[in-house]
Amino acid sequence: MSDTPNAKPTATDTVEKGESLWVGAWYRLRKNKMALAGGVFILLLAGLSFIGPFFLEGDYYTNTILEDKLTAPGAEYTLGTDHLGRDQLGRIIKGGQISLLVGLVATFVSLTIGIGYGTISGYFGGKIDSVMMRLVDILYSLPFVIFVILLMVFAKDLGDSIDDWFRARGSEFSISGQWNMLLLFVAIGAVEWLTMARIVRGQVMSLRRQEFIEACISLGLPTHRIILRHMVPNILGPVIVYTTLTIPAVMLLEAFLSFLGLGVQPPTPSWGLLIKDGADRMREAWWMLVFPGTLFAITLFSFNFVGDGLRDALDPKTSKD
Amino acid sequence: MLKFILRRILETIPVLLCVAAMTFFMCRLAPGGPFDEDKQVTTEVRELLNKQFNLDQPLHKQFIQYITHLPTLQSFKYPNRTVGEIISQKFPVSAKLGFFAMCIALGLGILFGVIASLRPNTYVDYIPSSLAMIGICLPTFVMGPLLMLVFSLQLGWFPATGWGGFDGDQFLSSDMVLPSVTLGFFYAAYISRLTRGGMLDILTQDYIRTAKAKGASGLRVILKHALRGGLLPVISFMGPAVAGLIAGSFVIETIFNIPGLGQDFVKSAFNRDYTLVLGVVMFYATLIIFLNLIVDILQVTLNPKLKFD
Repeated sequence: MSDTPNAKPTATDTVEKGESLWVGAWYRLRKNKMALAGGVFILLLAGLSFIGPFFLEGDYYTNTILEDKLTAPGAEYTLGTDHLGRDQLGRIIKGGQISLLVGLVATFVSLTIGIGYGTISGYFGGKIDSVMMRLVDILYSLPFVIFVILLMVFAKDLGDSIDDWFRARGSEFSISGQWNMLLLFVAIGAVEWLTMARIVRGQVMSLRRQEFIEACISLGLPTHRIILRHMVPNILGPVIVYTTLTIPAVMLLEAFLSFLGLGVQPPTPSWGLLIKDGADRMREAWWMLVFPGTLFAITLFSFNFVGDGLRDALDPKTSKD
Repeated sequence: MLKFILRRILETIPVLLCVAAMTFFMCRLAPGGPFDEDKQVTTEVRELLNKQFNLDQPLHKQFIQYITHLPTLQSFKYPNRTVGEIISQKFPVSAKLGFFAMCIALGLGILFGVIASLRPNTYVDYIPSSLAMIGICLPTFVMGPLLMLVFSLQLGWFPATGWGGFDGDQFLSSDMVLPSVTLGFFYAAYISRLTRGGMLDILTQDYIRTAKAKGASGLRVILKHALRGGLLPVISFMGPAVAGLIAGSFVIETIFNIPGLGQDFVKSAFNRDYTLVLGVVMFYATLIIFLNLIVDILQVTLNPKLKFD
């Protein structure tokens, strides 16, 4: 901007430093070939599952041709067909879409709860903090998967009840079609926030003692402004890292529930459901198990590599190994 | 120490009460009931059944009756059998599966982790570490069917389903191999990563160098000096691992058709078998909390730096 040597250099210095964290992180990440390969794979997968369907016919994952049932992979069906003669490729694409969607939305839910909870606990400290963190400890020790299973079983019919309630009041509003997905978002999100809350709390606690936050307080800034404008941006690094590691955990939980018949309801497929179908029929049709299973494993693999790579890149000090 | 243990045990009482209340009200406030499936049941019969199982009383009375008489309550779906009987019959199977899986996890995990940590960033490290990564990313419900496909359907080495041989009461049998390996492999992978990380931290410490300088053999340094500290992350992982093993057993028991408690739990939830659901949830919750307590005590015993409060 200007060549004046006096006050300006300090300003440019800070700007450069601000950039150099992300530039440096990108530089470190670029050297990590596995993380990059994982990232490329996830982008390709997301493209295939969310943009791919636009080039396919509307019923690409439900189109039932009974004469073609359990056809082995070949020229006509690249990945074979399932027990109802549905194209396995189409079902895997749709299943990927559902699995990724659940992974992203439920992670977002858990992220919001975790950041809110952790920030409040870490910022206020003292009694509030010890009560809030004790609660997290207790919740940690509970068999949460059991509650998620119970919630998925018992709240299944609640969608119909809500529809009835609206119908009785003359409204066309209907929720039961998406009910199971909504339930999945909430149930999984409500379970996965605990670790995030702990991480955020630790970060906020250490930030709280730094001078620039004390400066904010002495300047009389309102608490919400300090938290939102000055704290949250500074905890983004670890949050991003942990988010990338939460997505595969969430997808795993969704697939686990679908495998037990508690997740996404047929005929809509998710990868967990496809693996379940494949496991039931692996004697006649190995391709129904091997393709979705492998794809799911590679996806989890990629997310974990990206997460580990981001951790090394953004936060070299806390790198795990 | 004793005070700590007593306080922790006292703390579990309100926690368990909360678990019971959450489970009970989640079951009862949801639409549907245990006798909805039987279409033939007439209104009178249903009223009789409701009376027999005290379903006609107010909810809070039922709740108190449930938690005070839990082990002796009758199951809805298996008449004439109490919750306590079902749990004591089915749980040993699940416990055995969990025990075998844990042995595999700890044995393989620690072995591979230590080997990888001795020569970091060489092939001795890369091979076990990549194996571990595969184990972490391959969920049990993919791994189980795949192992079954290869080792029992293709190669015919192990039976595909069952538990405890033909009549189901053999103490050790070949059909226990695949379920235990499937359940244990994930934890073996995770534990080997934790061990590797923990050992890498410890092996650079001064006291290890001192031990080596005093002429202790390599094996002795690892077993006697490094492992104690290096395994701390593994010990603190044991609490979540137990909870995970229980959840994993739901899937494993379904895949390999093992008559354990996990399969019963999922079925009982589908059947709205209120008493059995509550019984199994309380049983698992107590088990997990109790094992967590043991893990905490173990952690302090191994790591004198951690003091109770």
